Amino acid sequence: MAEKPKKPQELVQSIEYKPPRKRWMDTPVEFHKGTFNYSAAVDKLKYLDLPYPRKWQPTEEDWQLPDNWQEIIHKGFKDRLDKYRSFRVFMDICVRCGACADKCHYFIGSGDPRNMPVLRAELLRSVYRNDFTTAGKILGGLAGGRKLTVKVLKEWFYYFYQCTECRRCSVFCPYGIDTAEITMMARELLNLVGLNIDWICTPAANCFRTGNHLGIQPHGFKDSIEFAVDELEELTGVRVNAPINKKGAEILFVAPSADYFASPHYYTLLGYLALFHEVGLDYTWSSYASEGGNFGLFHSYETMKRLNSKIYMEAKRLGVKWVLGGECGHMWRVIHQYMDTLNGPADFLEVPVSPITGTKFEHARSTRMVHIMEFTSDLIRHNKIKLDPGRNDHWRVTFHDSCNPARAMGLIEEPRYVINHVCNNFIEMPENTIKEQTFCCGSGSGLGTDENMEMRLRGGLPRANAVKFVHEKNDVNILLCICAIDKATLPPLLEYWVPDVEVGGIHEMVGNALVMTGENERLTDLRGTPYPEKEGGENV
Amino acid sequence: MKLKEFLAKNKKVILERWFDRIIDSYPADSSNFLRHERNRFDNPVGYTISRDIEYLYDALCGGMADDRLGTCLENIVRIRAVQDFTPSQAMAFIPVLKDVVKETLAGQTGDCSTDSELTDFNRRVDRLCLLGFDVYMKCREKIYEIKANEAKMRVYKLLERTNLLDRESINEE
Repeated sequence: MAEKPKKPQELVQSIEYKPPRKRWMDTPVEFHKGTFNYSAAVDKLKYLDLPYPRKWQPTEEDWQLPDNWQEIIHKGFKDRLDKYRSFRVFMDICVRCGACADKCHYFIGSGDPRNMPVLRAELLRSVYRNDFTTAGKILGGLAGGRKLTVKVLKEWFYYFYQCTECRRCSVFCPYGIDTAEITMMARELLNLVGLNIDWICTPAANCFRTGNHLGIQPHGFKDSIEFAVDELEELTGVRVNAPINKKGAEILFVAPSADYFASPHYYTLLGYLALFHEVGLDYTWSSYASEGGNFGLFHSYETMKRLNSKIYMEAKRLGVKWVLGGECGHMWRVIHQYMDTLNGPADFLEVPVSPITGTKFEHARSTRMVHIMEFTSDLIRHNKIKLDPGRNDHWRVTFHDSCNPARAMGLIEEPRYVINHVCNNFIEMPENTIKEQTFCCGSGSGLGTDENMEMRLRGGLPRANAVKFVHEKNDVNILLCICAIDKATLPPLLEYWVPDVEVGGIHEMVGNALVMTGENERLTDLRGTPYPEKEGGENV
Repeated sequence: MKLKEFLAKNKKVILERWFDRIIDSYPADSSNFLRHERNRFDNPVGYTISRDIEYLYDALCGGMADDRLGTCLENIVRIRAVQDFTPSQAMAFIPVLKDVVKETLAGQTGDCSTDSELTDFNRRVDRLCLLGFDVYMKCREKIYEIKANEAKMRVYKLLERTNLLDRESINEE
């Protein structure tokens, strides 16, 4: 029977603008539209051999969990505590000092206390105390423990898919607790009972099948690259060579797949093609390792390992000496921090040496993979390319340090070095929002879906707020970044918070500034935007 | 004392109370941070509310003609339109000023403003609230527009090449 409508007086009195003063542990999660991600498609879970594929959605009361779900998670928890010493240490050593509490972009933007990293971890830690510590087993709630119930499981799902694994909080933790790894463990545990999100599992399954997140097959990949070669020729007058699956090439180049099918990533792709041609690089693309990103990182160790292996299998098959990686974010977290124990060491490759400058990239001695910012800054340092930064004078540039290159690999100075050589107008955002303290785009780690838009806009507020500051103060009109997720998710973020600021990649700026041998006079930038005419009718 | 003088004289205390009421709309465990963190980049929500309610207050006290009114109103509403609030909760930060002024007036001794002055002030607050709903709806509509555009942009080059996308139409949007 329908609920009896309230009388006007009752209705007015029932409006409450203050949230109930309950402890966070006693406040149940509500799945509001716009703040969560849809569950993973059944066929994609089956494709990846993941457990308990079924149709369900977070808004439904019954999540159709397997009967022994608590037992499964308890065992999974124990296995991971035994396997990863770091995980056990992270569970034990937090003293709840609060240093991380106000560092999370989701907390700052939403004001939801369970987005404080310490409290988000507490969702897991409370179950750990209850199940795995003597004090928790005896004292339960008094020792901060709580039983794993369906309510707690739903809380896990909601909040561990509200962490972008950006690791800003970890920068401030005096114990060095890597909160992203706590999130990774929680997501692994959720996966054990078939609780996954589609935006992670579908790209992962596609990547496992075809080599890239969108599921583009080899002929489609080839077509995409050739299209870009044609377009670059129209823009510059130079026909570049872009070899695919070329056996015996010196270098395998792997870029995030969005670079060849999404905007504004595509202009970065044009920049890579122009640069490699101009320096005469002996390289190849691969139509099988056609993805730098690794959505497995956001799912589980095993999925990450499977996707990462493709790059190295292709490097072996093609017989290259080393691997060069494009403007990607989390790819570098995988390479720098997990690759060695996933599939490495890559001892069938050589320690990377730039064929143009002779620089030996010693830091890549084990993974044999070099970031394109390192490669390009080295070229500039050795004066190997001719640049006209005036071709980027229509841009007033600021730079968003993408979380993973900045915090996972310490790539702080190289991007700035390149920007300063290819652009005349570079303005930094405030110090507490850049470099190792950079704010996340709010949509990383597989959370960049349309259905999650409101949560993304909350999480992206601190980043956008700093962009807005330099836009208003310094007329900044483009935000550069070196991550494909950033390039996909910052445009909608800025459209909401700071309209009039575009998003682009650093190699787009390199491509604009690069003076190519035999090029036509550039009438437009790589976006096709005409340059203003100089006095006397000449273009820049 | 005229209401206008009262509002000017008690501006600081009214703004503090108004700010506190707004921050009370967030969960208790978060309000300490939102209230006390002063850095504008570390706490954009608290900073924006604190800064912009002052402009709103000045506009309400001196008439509603200030150009900055729209910007300041939008700065706050834009944030609350994406946070975990119902529409009425998101906008309640404006009418709550009437309660704050009434309470502050009640604490005063001696001759004070007339009912008609207060009614006039409250009417301005109501108008601001209605303007706020316009901004709120604009923000919500923008979110849905962004969702639709994002789906197109994600595969922009593929759509363009398969002639499924008209470049002009997306530029116009």
